[in-house]
Amino acid sequence: MNRSFRFDSVMLWYLARRLALAGVMLFGLVCLTFVIANVAPSDPAALAAGPDAGRSQIEQARREYGLDKPLPEQFLRYVGDLAQGEFGRSVATGRSVGRDLGRYFPATLELCLVAMTIGLAVGIPLGMLSALFKDRWLDQLTRIFAVSGIALPPFWFGLLLQLGFATWLGWLPTSGRLGVATEPPEPITGMLLLDSVLRGDAALFWQSASYIILPALVLSLPCLASILRVNRSEMVECLRADYITAARAHGTVPWRLVAVHALKNATLPTLAIIGLRWGWMMSSTVLVETVFDWPGTGLYAVSSAIAGDFKPVMGVTLIVGLNFMLANLVVDLLYGVLDPRLRDA
Amino acid sequence: MMGRRTRLALWQLRRSFSSMLGLGLVSGIVLLALLGPWIVPYPDDVAGAVNIAGKLRPPSAAHWFGTDEVGNDILTRVIIGARLSLLVGMGITLAAACIGVPLGILAGTAGGVVREAVMRLTDLFLSVPGLVLAIALVAALGPGIVNAMVALVLVWWPGYVRLAEAKALSLREEPFIEAARVAGASRFRILWRHVLPNSLSPIIVKMSMDVGQAILAVASLGFLGLGAKPPTPEWGAMISIARGYLPDWWWYAICPGAFIYASVLGFNLLGDGLRDILDPRSNRR
Repeated sequence: MNRSFRFDSVMLWYLARRLALAGVMLFGLVCLTFVIANVAPSDPAALAAGPDAGRSQIEQARREYGLDKPLPEQFLRYVGDLAQGEFGRSVATGRSVGRDLGRYFPATLELCLVAMTIGLAVGIPLGMLSALFKDRWLDQLTRIFAVSGIALPPFWFGLLLQLGFATWLGWLPTSGRLGVATEPPEPITGMLLLDSVLRGDAALFWQSASYIILPALVLSLPCLASILRVNRSEMVECLRADYITAARAHGTVPWRLVAVHALKNATLPTLAIIGLRWGWMMSSTVLVETVFDWPGTGLYAVSSAIAGDFKPVMGVTLIVGLNFMLANLVVDLLYGVLDPRLRDA
Repeated sequence: MMGRRTRLALWQLRRSFSSMLGLGLVSGIVLLALLGPWIVPYPDDVAGAVNIAGKLRPPSAAHWFGTDEVGNDILTRVIIGARLSLLVGMGITLAAACIGVPLGILAGTAGGVVREAVMRLTDLFLSVPGLVLAIALVAALGPGIVNAMVALVLVWWPGYVRLAEAKALSLREEPFIEAARVAGASRFRILWRHVLPNSLSPIIVKMSMDVGQAILAVASLGFLGLGAKPPTPEWGAMISIARGYLPDWWWYAICPGAFIYASVLGFNLLGDGLRDILDPRSNRR
């Protein structure tokens, strides 16, 4: 009893420290976006007033958006608005950025989740296999594949896949999230695959699956490659370890040796790379969504950035940063659960 | 006569197929960039000659990768584009290292408040994935190749702080640093003559990989319309125009993309090979 109590308090302390750190980072992120928005050489008031606005109209816009207030006051207002989920208003469309983000984010999240699933489902077994066949042709092949995965420009690879699978073979649709003729259903989670399962709509499920597969494949490639390589090198280390020799001497069957004993110990570093890769994936969505016209936050950020429309870009930056932070927090906590030694670190 | 260590390194490099492939790709791109203006088949197309009669031709003996929408030879423009991409990629990496490494060494050796301040600032910049932060910065600064470079340098330096700080931290306790201090070497001398040279190998490895990643990042911004503007022969911007001519004029996008791929692959493989030689103990990630 005494021992389990100690475990809990250590765990809680670990949890509290990580959460506090994430809170500090979040505040830093808010500061960073505020600084970026305010070092801009362009005048946001002039932007808001429109291209033909006269001096008085610009001044009016400046008062309206509170841009004539001193910077500390503007900052406090910014933080206060964010705390209420208010990201400001897009200058180009006049729509609320918070509402736009709410609409676009599920599409991006769905894309990233599918891509991460592909990355894990292919990366881990391939990494295991190439560790087992170390330095043989299979290992060489996966090595080339992994390096290619990181070096291939995602936007170019996406165009090639569109050309091959959509235009020439005609197997899959080119771009978008659903066919033009299909009425998008009333969102439950906003993720089409999940919504169609919840509604029991098989036709919708297969249709949205056919639209998501190419962009998810492109997005998963760098992630898949690094999962593969980390898993391979960890497996190679693990298979050399004494406990594997001991288990083998003990008569453990080979598949169990690899799939249970070695894999379990190779999981931790793979987990760490997943947290990192989740953030990178979120940032690659700006490219993949542009190529595939996927209506997510990436496309939203790019089109707003081109239009010089600030608030949406800052909103997406915050959302992606928050996601990255949460992913790392979850990984840290899982690490703490799986590896008790780290709790004191 | 070469030194023993150089010969050993060369031998190690030669033994690995992927390192040699990387070296080959990198030297190929560098050669093309250096010799570009003298070897391109259609030098007039660099500045943007207009030849509407010969526009959007498929690959042929005269135009290996076809022609673009104003009749320029695509191969010519891609080779000239190598100069820009290589220069920008190296420039970003060098600038990022020049900011990050001194800060990292400072943080690692100074400790205390200085270290906390530098490292928290670094964490902050690392808390948003690079490309998104770069887009936010470009949105603030305005699109264009120079602003894209500035944005990418601002995104890139923290990686070097992390690396240099970790290295400097581990070196701080080494006996030879202690010895130098006891011998009366100044703080600056210790940093410059002892800490920096001994932290150099992982930094060189990272730089060689980063040149490739920076080339990819610049091309990505170009593709999104936030980097180099179209008449400039920049690979990403070329693909973004080519996208409008898919699928009928599919060859337009092939050549620029293949060059991005080849150069990023080359620098990655070379960096990997260099790591095996210079920094064999580090983990391959």
